Amino acid sequence: MRHRMTGRVATFGISALAGLAMGAIAGSAQAADDTIKVGILHSLSGTMAISETTLKDVMLMLIDEQNKKGGVLGKKLEAVVVDPASNWPLFAEKARELLTKDKVAAVFGCWTSVSRKSVLPVFEELNGLLFYPVQYEGEESSRNVFYTGAAPNQQAIPAVDYLMSKEKVQRWVLAGTDYVYPRTTNKILEAYLKGKGVKDEDIKINYTPFGHSDWQSIVADIKKFGSAGKKTAVVSTINGDANVPFYKELGNQGIKAQDIPVVAFSVGEEELAGIDTKPLLGHLAAWNYFQSVDTPINAEFIKNWKAFTKNDKRVTNDPMEAHYIGFNMWVKAVEAAGTVAPDAVIDSMIGVSVPNLTGGYSAMLPNHHITKPVLIGEVQENGQFETVSKTPGLVPGDEWSDFLPDSKDLISDWRKPLSCGNFNVKTGKCGGKGS
Amino acid sequence: MRRAFRWLLAACVAIATTSAALAADLRPLVQTMGSGGYAGTEKALNQLSEAGDPAAVPVIEALQAGDLYVRKADGLVVIARKAGAGFALTDPLSGAVVGEAASGAIDKIKINNALRRSISATLGALTLMSPDPATRRSAAEAVFKSRDANALDTLNTAIAKEKDERIRRVMEQARAAVILTAGASEGDTQTAIATLTARGDRDALALLSMIAASGATDALKTAAAGAVAAVEQKLMFWGALQNLWYGLSLGSVLLLAAIGLAVTFGVMGVINMAHGEMVMIGAYTTFLVQQGLRTYAPGLTDLSILLALPAAFLVSGGVGVIIERSVIRWLYGRPLETLLATWGLSLALQQAVRSLFGPTNREVSAPSWMSGAFELGGLTITYGRLWIVVFAFAVFAALLVALKRTWFGLSIRAVTQNRPMANAMGIRTARVDALTFGLGSGIAGLAGVALSQIDNVSPNLGQSYIIDSFMVVVFGGVGNLWGTLVGALALGSLNKFLEPYAGAVLGKILVLIFIILFIQRRPRGLFALKGRAVEA
Repeated sequence: MRHRMTGRVATFGISALAGLAMGAIAGSAQAADDTIKVGILHSLSGTMAISETTLKDVMLMLIDEQNKKGGVLGKKLEAVVVDPASNWPLFAEKARELLTKDKVAAVFGCWTSVSRKSVLPVFEELNGLLFYPVQYEGEESSRNVFYTGAAPNQQAIPAVDYLMSKEKVQRWVLAGTDYVYPRTTNKILEAYLKGKGVKDEDIKINYTPFGHSDWQSIVADIKKFGSAGKKTAVVSTINGDANVPFYKELGNQGIKAQDIPVVAFSVGEEELAGIDTKPLLGHLAAWNYFQSVDTPINAEFIKNWKAFTKNDKRVTNDPMEAHYIGFNMWVKAVEAAGTVAPDAVIDSMIGVSVPNLTGGYSAMLPNHHITKPVLIGEVQENGQFETVSKTPGLVPGDEWSDFLPDSKDLISDWRKPLSCGNFNVKTGKCGGKGS
Repeated sequence: MRRAFRWLLAACVAIATTSAALAADLRPLVQTMGSGGYAGTEKALNQLSEAGDPAAVPVIEALQAGDLYVRKADGLVVIARKAGAGFALTDPLSGAVVGEAASGAIDKIKINNALRRSISATLGALTLMSPDPATRRSAAEAVFKSRDANALDTLNTAIAKEKDERIRRVMEQARAAVILTAGASEGDTQTAIATLTARGDRDALALLSMIAASGATDALKTAAAGAVAAVEQKLMFWGALQNLWYGLSLGSVLLLAAIGLAVTFGVMGVINMAHGEMVMIGAYTTFLVQQGLRTYAPGLTDLSILLALPAAFLVSGGVGVIIERSVIRWLYGRPLETLLATWGLSLALQQAVRSLFGPTNREVSAPSWMSGAFELGGLTITYGRLWIVVFAFAVFAALLVALKRTWFGLSIRAVTQNRPMANAMGIRTARVDALTFGLGSGIAGLAGVALSQIDNVSPNLGQSYIIDSFMVVVFGGVGNLWGTLVGALALGSLNKFLEPYAGAVLGKILVLIFIILFIQRRPRGLFALKGRAVEA
């Protein structure tokens, strides 16, 4: 009897809870009339939480600031935060939830390429808008995605050029984590280097698993490769957690930046926060933004960020700037279109130009990539980067690499009448290789 | 007497005026260091190097340390060091006090990698005659690296004057490197080749292969080729030893991670998926201890790792006891439920730590006695790894003693071998269960202290070790500590020997395949327990 009673009580409890939840949903549905919803699709748990949580916070800050300025189209913005938990299929599920249930006007999210590939079909099917803020391997252009991070020609190629011209590097180690971004980037770099006359035996490619922590033999191998009498550099596409033990081992084995410099594409201020940077002095990173960039607009951004997070030690990094640019572009495009309807916004996005944090203006190109300056920085003792080289102008993002045989004839232009993400200029047809 | 004093005084004045005169010559050069960006600084540095005056050494050292600034008001180049809120300025050549400045009033002279290289080359050439032996030695090493032909004359003088045998050897090697790069008479080159063959490391090999490829005469080419072969053979031998060391060091990390599991899984039979999280908790305890010491006792920071050991053992052990009392004791004899429950627990612990400490990595800095490396013959051994190897074996020995020689160990063995009988003999089995699980978890916490030195202190720390730990315990033989030791070292060495040939990714796959095949043949692992206890 007692069991049955508890059972009944439980049923009652559940239905009461369900009722409450329904009420909450109904409440938010009512509120939807005078707000515009913005989806934030970043992992707050799991492996990628280390990088993505910061991006969620910066989006909340940007939305908050925009609301203080009066919102968009006279309506307040409302952030809808979901947690895909570093689980790639869950990204697609959460994206669908944001677009169909919450009916968000735009989504800002994803970090890894595999998560972007996983949500891509959802955004194309439901005609949503995704702003992707991370440097990536290129070879993709979708009508529904705006790529505000760097394409390979906005990060990898200029970094290699810098090492070749300024450091006179002749021998290259391309070290990366074993997944799509490093593999594609290294393929592009290998083709580029060979085009510049670098011989086969002067290029060494090395892949390691995610989260690799025992770097002793690989670092020793790099040391060995670097002692062949030619100036050697390491181009690192090592991702996430594996970087800390990698740099620790470099420091321990006494590889100094003046002997074998390491240029990294995935190491920013946030990643350096977990390492003692004294042994890393002078190692390089290539990005489109550094926290140390000395412009009034950046100083303001950093001040707001520290105030918003109530933490004086929080650092800023490149993907945060990408969200800053992407969000402001979206606001401008929505105001120009006068509506949040996806088709209208997609059309008015192209050509929108907003200030970036390095003192210039970034514009959205017809291929849904943006123009950015490329900065090369050296690690300083305080965990920041000192800019040692900056491209004189802005570099337009090139989605289909000119150095890969499969993609060198492809272009993307989402303006009418072409409206094609992979137009083959040789055959004159839309629909080449790639997606 | 008085006369002698006057002479001395006069001599002093004369020396002072000549050095002042030299300093006056350097002054315009030093002034130009602050203008023209990296290229301007580099040009000024080259001119200082050509002037060859040791008076420039403090200036260049300040530039290297990032203490050289330009005063914005008048463009004066000064050494600025932090003093209170602002900076105290001194003259870079004379060391005289210039004044003070706020941080906004001076600009740092920035250096990049190319400049850093020039700085060490210049400093090397200028400090070859330094009275300090350590400075002379590093100067000689710097010249060996830079192979700067301008330094040859100074080098010859320095070699003639040098008393210390070992420093002279390095200087001679540096001279050999300069000669091989710049070119010299055949006899000199032959001597240089011999000197470098005796050095016999990778740097020497690089120079020798250069001569073997593009030497001036055939005789030189053959001599260099012979030298290259000799050095390569030597390096190959050391390379194999180095691999063995890497294997031992990876093995000891595996041993540390697995040894706690050998207690909870091996001895108790609990499939504890939250084992990795105990390691993680140990690492975070280390972080907290270090933070605490930094705030309250900055002098003791170097000892924080040692102080963290008991703390991590107690914290992880305590969490282990709580887990056993609250979750696991209801699930004895139900392996599937234990697996699911502890896996859920591991996720919960990860997220709890993430909410508490944030998702980003926490920095646990290495104490001075654990950073850096030393050379042993042709081996490079890093202190951090060396201490971890020592520590792993110490923990293993301590656990062995605890299980074999103490009353507590006896109770553990009694309970695992025959629970009803142990109970009948008056052993409180429930309490022994809790303490055993606590012991295993505490040892995992100790592993966390060591791992904080080589891996990320992040909520995901434990995840990367749980698979490896199970692999080691199963491979070594469940319930056998020696098996865990041998298993860990064997897998570590196997991995490190495969890595250079197969790459890290394929290497790991091959190890897994090997274990699968091995377990097919010997399901109970390397050292299988025999007897009735196994069948029960």
